[in-house]
Amino acid sequence: MSRDDAALEARGLVKLYGEREALRGVGLEAAAGERVAVIGPNGAGKTTLLSILAGILRPDEGEVRTGGGEVGWVPQQAALYRRLTVEENLMLFARLEGHGDPLASTERMLDLIGLRERRGEILARLSGGNRQRVNIAIGLLAQPAVLLLDEPGVGLDLRQRARLWEFISALADDGTTVVFSTHDIQEVERYGDRLLVLADGESLFDGSADALRAAVREASPEAAVGDFESAVVAFLRQRGR
Amino acid sequence: MRWLLLKDLQILRRSPLQAALLVVYPVLIAVLVGFAISRDGDKTRVAFLNEVPADARISVGGEQMAAVNVGDRICRRVECVHVGSREEAVAEVESGDVQAALVLPADLVSRINSLSTFNPRTPQVEVLLNEDSPVKAQLVDDRIDALLAEANLAIAKRIAGEGSRYLKLVIDGGDFEVLGQAVQILGLRASARILAALEPSLPEGPLRDSLTRVRSFAEQARDNLDIASPLIDRLAQPIAVDKVSVGGSSPPLDVFAIAVAATLTLAFVTILLVAGSLALEREENAFARLTRGLVSPAALLGEKILLGVIAGLVVTLLMLAGLEVFVSLRWERFGLWLAAILAGAAALGAAGAALGAAAREVRAVSLLAFMVTLPIAFLSLIPSGAVAGGLYDAIGIVTAAFPFKPALHAFEAALDPAGPSFGLALLHLAILAAAYGALARLGLRRFSAA
Repeated sequence: MSRDDAALEARGLVKLYGEREALRGVGLEAAAGERVAVIGPNGAGKTTLLSILAGILRPDEGEVRTGGGEVGWVPQQAALYRRLTVEENLMLFARLEGHGDPLASTERMLDLIGLRERRGEILARLSGGNRQRVNIAIGLLAQPAVLLLDEPGVGLDLRQRARLWEFISALADDGTTVVFSTHDIQEVERYGDRLLVLADGESLFDGSADALRAAVREASPEAAVGDFESAVVAFLRQRGR
Repeated sequence: MRWLLLKDLQILRRSPLQAALLVVYPVLIAVLVGFAISRDGDKTRVAFLNEVPADARISVGGEQMAAVNVGDRICRRVECVHVGSREEAVAEVESGDVQAALVLPADLVSRINSLSTFNPRTPQVEVLLNEDSPVKAQLVDDRIDALLAEANLAIAKRIAGEGSRYLKLVIDGGDFEVLGQAVQILGLRASARILAALEPSLPEGPLRDSLTRVRSFAEQARDNLDIASPLIDRLAQPIAVDKVSVGGSSPPLDVFAIAVAATLTLAFVTILLVAGSLALEREENAFARLTRGLVSPAALLGEKILLGVIAGLVVTLLMLAGLEVFVSLRWERFGLWLAAILAGAAALGAAGAALGAAAREVRAVSLLAFMVTLPIAFLSLIPSGAVAGGLYDAIGIVTAAFPFKPALHAFEAALDPAGPSFGLALLHLAILAAAYGALARLGLRRFSAA
């Protein structure tokens, strides 16, 4: 199933936390410009998978390959310095990433996240949504070929979330591969080209939303009636989760 | 690394309470230590009542000797508060203004003079103590006993000196004044010479034999009394003390106090700052983002220790400069101070990094740093002999494993040449810096894996 044009490819990932298996042979493949949603109940292994893909954690088994280019990572909790300003945070990471002109990179990101007017504000004084925008901007500083987002919509209101997805979709349209984890099934249906369903560290499904509905319908036609969230719940039930 | 350092300094600047504490703390320590040193803690405050008449004289034999100026002697060793009456002295002691009162009664000199008569009376002084604290009472008691022993010794020396002078007069002869009349003493030496000159002029017989015996006696007495003179001198202080230091040299007390203040300042500033800033990376969730290719864990560790060294250097130098107001420091040894601060800060910073890698939150790390540093600092100040031998050995092992004591030794050596070995202290600090650096590195691995 391996593709030569895959921007990101992971195979047979296993991660152990002591005796507990957080991931059991999980694989993932994503093409350039593709948006892959990773969903599943709490403790399914979503954050562990994204952390391994980001290079934060080492898998006990399996491997991760990228098609070249940087991998940007946006953790679930903002990884920023609350006592620095928006601009100082961006400048710091631009400098650490070795940008030739860190100020220009910072200006570009300030425009991208729409916080130019608030560049001098201490991060602690910003709303959760604005902090998340800075968090994402830092993940994008390296102009990554693959962007990994761990529950990016958490803590954002509807309007902020809509702006965030507009922004992420624009990146994907420009060729950035986006892999994101979420609990919001509507987001998956609306913004994900494909979805990977995890439960107890196992990969239960990898395909499109329509393919998941079809799978549910095949097993139990009456369960496929209703919205996509109901279909996902039915799918997990059918597989004893 | 410089961008991370800049970031940490920016964060420090944005934490006014933390930054103020970093400046206020050493200044406070400097002021406290400075006051303690300039107050001269060696001097006990004593109310002093001298009722001895100003013209009183001590008689030794027929000689009138000016009374030893006991008041001046005592007031050189304690801080005297002169009072006019015994009641005033009691009031001073009761109020706690003074730690004790010393009363020299009017008949003190006459009683001293009576010692050489057939009706001797023991000279007495009165000591009034406020024993509200057993420790204080014991200290003051010991101090007064020491002062009186000193006064007794001074009087005994004067009396022995006078005795020795009379003996010399008996041996060598000379002028002596009795009731205002000058009397010439021939002396044993001259007597023996005269007798020896007379001896050949007498015919053999009982008279000449008698003269020979008298001359022999004079010569023997002269020779033996010559030996007795130094013995009388030694009577005043029969036991001499030969003080030899075998357990290392120690600097003066004020230098030790400055070294303790500097080490405490350096320890708290460096350990808290390094441990706190390392824990902050985790609290802000930035550690994982930084170490996924932007900065190696070793470089991050190095940056934190460097931050601690810079802050420790600035704050400790500030504190030493503050102390200059109270005591004169030997600035010509500045190079050694610098080496002591840098080595101490590096080792203490490495220990701070190991502590910082052990916990997730800044508050928890700060508490841990206090809980480790404070008792270690106290243990490091326990001198040998203050506790049982086995316990002292155990304390020695514990304190040797933490950089506080070697940093204190380095400061003592840097401040005063009488301090412990500077090279040994630096070597000890270097070993601890490497060991704690390795521990911190292991701790960071746990950071990454969590």
